[in-house]
Amino acid sequence: MKGQTVDDDQLFDVPGPRGRRRIRIVTAVSVLVLAALLALALRQFAAHGQLAASQWQMFGNWAIIRFLLDGVGQTLLVTAVAAGLALPLGALVALVRLSRSRVARALARGYVELFRAVPLLLLLYIFLFGLPRTGLTFPVFWQLVIPIVLGNAAVLSEIFRAGVLALDRGQSEAAYSLGMTYWQAMAWVVIPQAVRRLVPTLVSQLVRLLKDSTLGYVVSYLELLHKAQVLGEYYHSVLPTYLVAAACFVLINTTLSALATWLERRRRS
Amino acid sequence: MPTAVLSQLGDGLLVTVEMTALAFAGALVLGVLLAICRISPVPPLRLAGAAYVTAFRNIPLLVLLVLFVFGMPEVGLLYPLFATVALTMALYWAAFVCEVVRSGVRTVPRGQIEAARALGLTFTQCLRFVVIPQALRSMVQPLGSVFIGLALGTSLAAAVGVPELTGQAQLVTLKYDNPLTSFALTTAVYVAITLTSGLIAGRIERKVAIKR
Repeated sequence: MKGQTVDDDQLFDVPGPRGRRRIRIVTAVSVLVLAALLALALRQFAAHGQLAASQWQMFGNWAIIRFLLDGVGQTLLVTAVAAGLALPLGALVALVRLSRSRVARALARGYVELFRAVPLLLLLYIFLFGLPRTGLTFPVFWQLVIPIVLGNAAVLSEIFRAGVLALDRGQSEAAYSLGMTYWQAMAWVVIPQAVRRLVPTLVSQLVRLLKDSTLGYVVSYLELLHKAQVLGEYYHSVLPTYLVAAACFVLINTTLSALATWLERRRRS
Repeated sequence: MPTAVLSQLGDGLLVTVEMTALAFAGALVLGVLLAICRISPVPPLRLAGAAYVTAFRNIPLLVLLVLFVFGMPEVGLLYPLFATVALTMALYWAAFVCEVVRSGVRTVPRGQIEAARALGLTFTQCLRFVVIPQALRSMVQPLGSVFIGLALGTSLAAAVGVPELTGQAQLVTLKYDNPLTSFALTTAVYVAITLTSGLIAGRIERKVAIKR
């Protein structure tokens, strides 16, 4: 039972002999059911030739692996650039929302409410079909990255704001009493502490941002998903390529999440 | 703006609402079942639940959509597009619902469950009178977030060809050459959906809150 937290066991007493017998029976039945489901899926795949070697042997070809790896690289590049822009922008919006000027606060709040409520795809379509009519055109990379940045900055600013608000009030009060201005107190006292606490949450948000990068599929930017589409259609093996792409995403994202857990544990200890 | 535009966007909104309702209902049912698997004392069910949640939380929704929409016909499972997309949404968000339910159960202090047991309450009584009433209340807000995420997420259906609100907005743009007005209108509708759902979730939460 590795990987499960103790809390999941809190509903149950340590089972007695009858309970243990019942658990054994349910275990056996569920193994049978799960195996049957797997067999059914495999049969369905085999019946339609999806398990044939011809569908899968291309993934042993180095050129194709490199093609997909390049897609992984592009996905990571979009993620890194978008995160690199969204993090400072989100922090800035959060600071404005916490500032003393009422007008600035309202503006920042409007930004957050708006960009949290607009689906990313709609934002992308606006950049793809709307803005070019007004004479604003961007290269494909930025058509993908700018909407991701705008949307994620709104979410990130809420995370930052919650982090700052969760910090003990005395911290900023002490900074003021030392004669620091608002911005000095934020920069030297509040933000460094808030960010440290927020690292795990920020990493989970990074996973969401990475998932957003798949919208490159829509603007024809060759990140992992779009590359998988090209490859699958060229070799007539749509299902295997998408499955491989999905597996890549699981691998990358679980690595990131594991990093977050590790950081959290290190902070606690 | 011609009324044809409004009626086309209205059709899109209808599809969005239908898909949101269907997918959320499906996600709730499946998510609760998954959560039961994950907190049950049966190891294979726990493992299967954990594997499901890990996979579906880490695969981007768009990848799942293209996988199901273009992949399922390859193994002979050909269903209408709307049904396939709604099913995919339900499968994806069920993983998030499962985690909400699981952490909701965890908010019930361990001591209360032990006290219930010490009083001689059976397992079902303990669930009915102690765990579920409290767990449900702490799930309202996070379930509201899942609902909003799902409602916004249905827009991705446009990328695989479902004419819901975002898809219609794009079609209208191409057809009537009025990008800014139709996009502005669509944005306003999404903002309205998000704000109302947030408001309703907040109101329900306040109503059922327990003063501790």
